[in-house]
Amino acid sequence: MYAQMIKSEATQDDPERLAAFQARIDAGEKIEPKDWMPEGYRKTLIRQIGQHAHSEIVGQLPEGNWITRAPTLERKAILLAKVQDEAGHGLYLYCAAETLGVTRDELTEMLLDGRMKYSSIFNYPTLTWADMGAVGWLVDGAAIMNQVPLQRTSYGPYSRSMIRICKEESFHQRQGYDIMMKMAKGTDAQKRMAQDALNRMWFPSLMMFGPSDAESVHSEQSMSWKIKMNGNDELRQKFVDQTVPQAEYLGLTVPDPDLKWNDEKGGYDFTGPNWDEFFDVLRGNGPCNKERLAARNKAWNDGAWVRDGLMAHAEKKRAARMAAE
Amino acid sequence: MKNEWPLWEVFIRGQHGMSHRHVGSLHAADEESAIKNARDVYTRRNEGVSIWVVAARHIAASSPSEKGPLYEPSESKVYRHPTFFDIPDEVGAM
Repeated sequence: MYAQMIKSEATQDDPERLAAFQARIDAGEKIEPKDWMPEGYRKTLIRQIGQHAHSEIVGQLPEGNWITRAPTLERKAILLAKVQDEAGHGLYLYCAAETLGVTRDELTEMLLDGRMKYSSIFNYPTLTWADMGAVGWLVDGAAIMNQVPLQRTSYGPYSRSMIRICKEESFHQRQGYDIMMKMAKGTDAQKRMAQDALNRMWFPSLMMFGPSDAESVHSEQSMSWKIKMNGNDELRQKFVDQTVPQAEYLGLTVPDPDLKWNDEKGGYDFTGPNWDEFFDVLRGNGPCNKERLAARNKAWNDGAWVRDGLMAHAEKKRAARMAAE
Repeated sequence: MKNEWPLWEVFIRGQHGMSHRHVGSLHAADEESAIKNARDVYTRRNEGVSIWVVAARHIAASSPSEKGPLYEPSESKVYRHPTFFDIPDEVGAM
């Protein structure tokens, strides 16, 4: 999802401790930062929560692109609030990851030099205002699908972050759908724009759930640790079943000629995304990979004097206070 | 990169006269900016009327391995709960 293809780290811990740990998870207990945990659990979580956090932060870029060009002051205020929420979500998640013994700066460095990934979806461009609608509706919609079950994940700080995030996420999807409704019921040109946004965002949204479970070798361990709550195909199916009627309401066409209701399975049959494209985007060859990473690197480098300046100021104030006492 | 902003734990009082409650943490250079950041990160939807921030390094915590010795002694003292005592109905509310 926001964390795709998370490799489970191998664990070489004492079998007895591992069994006791697994029993705690099976009993529905939450694991807290100071509790004993297998090294593989800790490392897998750092990678997953970190990737999730990076996705929230990088995810601000495609939407930030339209803040200054929003069609009305109200839309601008709403989009600004939405993008600010994404920053907040990134911060909740970074803090959760830090409880596992990695520092914020280490996480940032790993994003900036490409050692850690963010969701493939944010490597696609946002070309028109309708994309703001499609991103909220589809991308946040797909994210919610994964994040709601993650509220029950076994790691306490991660679970608490997800609870906060889910409370705010529903606003994101609704504001997106609201934009789509306006455009889809607007002029012919607006309607074409809305359809075009759906055409471009549909398959990248399906990719967000990651490759088919049949090819996903790392799921099993993460599932038993309750780091991953559902299979990729299961969530993708759920997303399609929920989204198709919403597209119909808008009078828009899902860009999949083979999309068909299947009475027997009680869901839609649909075409999967092009996985070669997905892996190519992960390798750094998507339309915006370079632009996104360059923007994050520039923000980090340009902000260095501010970070250092505030630390120097804090130090000076502390020294002055000590001298006065 | 060595000059990382310190970590602060954030406590917020909701609007109903409750105690401050731990909501999460954040990085900031000093206590003033920690409070400002906490406002932006943890009260975007009217979640609070008061914010406390405490440098994370000042928080002392019990260790999970002490769970037994710390909490077991209270398990055997059921008489600390009012339901331990049977009061006849005739006595009325108590």
